[in-house]
Amino acid sequence: MIAAVFHQIAQMALVLVLAPLLTGWIRLVKARLVGRRGPSPVQPYRDLMRLLRKEVVLARNASWLFRSVPYVMFTAIWLAAGLVPVFTTQLALAPTADLIALIALLGTARFFLALAGMDTGTSFGGLGSSREMMIAALAEPAMLMVVFSVAILVRSTSLAEIAGFMMSGAVGLRVSLALALIALVMVAIAENARIPIDNPATHLELTMVHEAMVLEYSGRHLALIEAAAMLKLLLYAALIACVFAPWGMAPPTGGSAIVGLLAFLAKLALAGAALALFETSIAKMRVFRVGEFLGGALLLSLLGAIFLYVSRGV
Amino acid sequence: MDFGYDAAHLLGTLVLLTSFALLYQRRLFALLNVFTVQALALSAAAAWQGYAHDEPHLYITALLTLTLKAIAIPVALHRIVRRLNIHRTVEPALGIGLTMLAGVSLVTLSILLVLPVTENATALTREDLALSLSVVLLGLLMMIARRNAVSQVVGFMSIENGLILAAVGVAGMPLVVEMSIAFSVMVAFIIFGIFLFQIRERFDTLDLRRIERFRGESD
Amino acid sequence: MAGLAVAARRKSWAGTAVYGGTAAACGVIALWAAVALAGRSAPVALTLPMGIPWIGAHLRADGLSAFFLLVVGFGGVTASLFGWGYERAHAHGHAAASGPVLPFFPLFLAGMSLVLLADDAFTFLVSWEFMSLASWLLVLSTHRESETPDAARLYLVMASAGTACLLLAFGLLAGGLGDYRFDAIRAHAPQGGAAALTVLLVMLGAGSKAGLVPLHVWLPLAHPAAPSHVSALMSGVMTKVAVYALVRVLFDLLGEPVWWWGGALMAAGSATAVMGVLYALMQDDVKRLLACSTIENIGVIVIALGLALVFKASHTPVIAALALSAALLHVVNHSLFKSLLFYVAGAVLTATGSRDLNRLGGLIHRMPTTAFLALVGAAAISALPPLNGFVGEWLLFQAILNAPALPEWSLKIGIAVVGAAVALAAALAAACFVRFYGIAFLGRPRSAEAERAGEVGSAMRIGMVVPAVLCVVLGVLPTPLIRLFEPAVRAMVDAGPFDDRAYQPWIWLSPTSAIGNSYNGLVLLAVIAALSVVLVLVIHRRASDRVRWSTAWGCGHEEPDPLAVSQYSASSFAQPIRRVFGGTVFAARDRVEMPEPGDTRPARLTVTWTDPAWAFLFTPLRRAVDWLTRQADVLQFLTIRSYLTLMFAALVLVLILVAVVRP
Repeated sequence: MIAAVFHQIAQMALVLVLAPLLTGWIRLVKARLVGRRGPSPVQPYRDLMRLLRKEVVLARNASWLFRSVPYVMFTAIWLAAGLVPVFTTQLALAPTADLIALIALLGTARFFLALAGMDTGTSFGGLGSSREMMIAALAEPAMLMVVFSVAILVRSTSLAEIAGFMMSGAVGLRVSLALALIALVMVAIAENARIPIDNPATHLELTMVHEAMVLEYSGRHLALIEAAAMLKLLLYAALIACVFAPWGMAPPTGGSAIVGLLAFLAKLALAGAALALFETSIAKMRVFRVGEFLGGALLLSLLGAIFLYVSRGV
Repeated sequence: MDFGYDAAHLLGTLVLLTSFALLYQRRLFALLNVFTVQALALSAAAAWQGYAHDEPHLYITALLTLTLKAIAIPVALHRIVRRLNIHRTVEPALGIGLTMLAGVSLVTLSILLVLPVTENATALTREDLALSLSVVLLGLLMMIARRNAVSQVVGFMSIENGLILAAVGVAGMPLVVEMSIAFSVMVAFIIFGIFLFQIRERFDTLDLRRIERFRGESD
Repeated sequence: MAGLAVAARRKSWAGTAVYGGTAAACGVIALWAAVALAGRSAPVALTLPMGIPWIGAHLRADGLSAFFLLVVGFGGVTASLFGWGYERAHAHGHAAASGPVLPFFPLFLAGMSLVLLADDAFTFLVSWEFMSLASWLLVLSTHRESETPDAARLYLVMASAGTACLLLAFGLLAGGLGDYRFDAIRAHAPQGGAAALTVLLVMLGAGSKAGLVPLHVWLPLAHPAAPSHVSALMSGVMTKVAVYALVRVLFDLLGEPVWWWGGALMAAGSATAVMGVLYALMQDDVKRLLACSTIENIGVIVIALGLALVFKASHTPVIAALALSAALLHVVNHSLFKSLLFYVAGAVLTATGSRDLNRLGGLIHRMPTTAFLALVGAAAISALPPLNGFVGEWLLFQAILNAPALPEWSLKIGIAVVGAAVALAAALAAACFVRFYGIAFLGRPRSAEAERAGEVGSAMRIGMVVPAVLCVVLGVLPTPLIRLFEPAVRAMVDAGPFDDRAYQPWIWLSPTSAIGNSYNGLVLLAVIAALSVVLVLVIHRRASDRVRWSTAWGCGHEEPDPLAVSQYSASSFAQPIRRVFGGTVFAARDRVEMPEPGDTRPARLTVTWTDPAWAFLFTPLRRAVDWLTRQADVLQFLTIRSYLTLMFAALVLVLILVAVVRP
């Protein structure tokens, strides 16, 4: 129990520390891929620090909701990131929330951020919120269907048990898991506002989604929102690693947390590099093609759930 | 874990997945590339089955698929599309989302059909039958849901891929090689026919308004 | 009490007396039901010497009745409280308009309670019709508004058709014996084809009251037409009485179920859930939006009932208990947050005089309490943790994940599709309520009325606070409630949701060991709250707490336009979703009228869409009925001799039938 609490605190701190580094790493790899030198991977830390020290500029008609959303949203995502086992499966909060609750926590964060986007009553905020909710309306069910496939195979929705089961190698290669992985990657790309769904680096009004929603934020509020976005990216990388490649993680009994940590860092570096490579080799899609892309993800994940029953049965 | 089974399993799925990718594509060249991937996956599946079950004649099927479908036909179609300046988008008669939905329903249907009647068969046979029936149905769907002649040919060829997948997957199936040769010849004829048909259509209707309407992405 | 209300309707204290009386009566009913459930007391039966001679009216309250009585009673208390304040607020301008509500409000509540207590088919149907008519009269009470007569007419047709179906269903249930007591029906439940027909008839009859697609068409018209506290009762509570009818017949009276009953329920429920929320996303009228979202929630409840039925049919009672608990929990949850949201709509209507989303906006500054309570309701109905909507959804998913335990292939695979439908409906509901809250309460006011709005009176606010508090409490501590209605679940499926657990701590929710998961809303809430507070303190102390107020970025405008026309409207917010789903489902089309450059007219966006239920079912049905009546018209103009011939032929036919059929 003591160990679990210690692990939990360590994990919460770890994700907080690593999240900007992952974003910095992706930016660096992307810059190198297109032939630029790129900023140092620690640049996101400097950006966040600078933003935190700046004053907040609020629109005159901003309400209390607008001011409290960054905090609520950040803690919800931080908590969600703390629930995904990264280096050990022994976490004190593990029984509090399973994979379904984790998805719903991310949904809570998105719900409030979308509301905050509409609070000042500018057209950009509404545009961002409405598009974000359209994306979520397809991405969230796709993700739940991924959970469905995995949970039926493992007979659990608890992340610790899923990781343990996947590490045991009792699953083998399965069509369902392959489909679920593809669908989850598609959802992760959409939810983190990456190319081809959204471009985190532009402020072009016709295409932006996430950036339009948070356009009115500044100072410490913006710092929290940016940090939450980085945490979310880390969370998805950790989630994919935890469900589909849990190797190296410390199991409930025995195993070393150090090894788990090193394995996690390696996985993150790999995931970041893969994302950067993918983003540099693809063009952004029209906003109304997003429905097809995510509809595809939803149907793939549904197909995965259906294929569970085909081969060896469940 | 039974690695031989897993590999066959994965390659079969890859064929099905590429069938879905074919339904999803809007651009002709992307369609042809996806088709190439499907042919590659199919030939790998055939070769793997030949190796795993020690049936050398499957290597011939694999080789045939590789040379004809993964190399010759895509190259030829690329040239046709370029040469005849066929407009490069796939005109969907049915929306992409609806097509995908129909596709998933068809796969579900084929699973529901195959599962109850194959209770005694091995897992691999059941799965291969379900997969190949799905690929065949998706190919048919593609032929009715897309207007473009080239995508119809691709749809037809993916039907054929589904049949070969079934033949390859069921151990000890006779006449696999003969079947694949016959199909290939037939496809060659069809492509030739389409080629002529397209030329005629090019010269018969040079309606400028139609060409303008289909500029860029159609909705 | 109704008579009293009629007598005193002109007196100023009539409202206080009626609403006070109903609040007290409902409070007593709810309290009694809660005590009966908590005490696991045996069913109470009562025979009244009325109704059909020599038979009387049989009343009986078992666990299931007590549970639904709790829901009705509680809904009645808050509705009375809110209604009292609402009528007083509306009494200034249009005093007579609220008159007809008073006599029928208690009748409506009494009708619903009697349906739940009925223990024979006759009492059940009479109370059912009583409930329908009382609510119909309540809908008519706003007859001065233009759309009310149409809504009332449609409601009357649908309600009569529904009762007819139920009548036939009970006829089949009683069978040849002609004994309409529920005990007798239970002992001689119909089998085979008769049972199947009964299931379909009950789905039609109760489904039309609950709002199952495609029988939902009256709901978005009739529910909003009534005064807001009555809308809350109709949407939040009366639909639950229909759910009660489904549970009573399918789980109790019909005995051993067949798997496809559950399959049919799940199919209908999935269609209802997804279509309901899509309808809600298309609506611009606040109360219509809420009524459509009721359709969605009924779909979710019916899915859970279907799951419970298939697991009961496959003899896995613990999982059936899990699914049924999910259904009943969602019944409570939906009655709470839907009542709350209808009260909010009533408060907004009182403050601004408008139900149109496109005339609202910025109310968070002018109605702070209502805005906060509305936020709780919107978050709860969007199934966000740690509120109560999420708990119901979580339980439902745990039940869905048990699909491999079923023997039928089509069910195993079908449940995967149902799971996708539930997930899609939940995600769309979140989008729908972001739209609802964001357009109505956030942003800048879209009309002068919204600009002038003020907070509503304390009775209305208390009426809203109570359900809002319960939404939070049941979200963080759902287990005691699930424990409370366990007798009802046990009576229906012969097991409880925690039966395979040796020990069940009350702050955790971890049913069924088959899939060993748990959820704890309390810890979740505590951690989020603690982390947020720490974060605020740390950042304000260590980093910066300076604030500068300035103008919002107006895309180059110096000041934001005074009429807020550049702001996103309800229709534009729904546009992306309409583009993705609407074109296929509703044949929705957006038409933009863009004036020439230099022209000062504003650009206009017109949205057109059609309801597939009307296009493909009701319009053809109406044509068929019209055609039939035209054919039957001939009968009116015959000679006396022909009439006599017809009657004689009918008589002979009946005699022949009797002679042949008689053994």
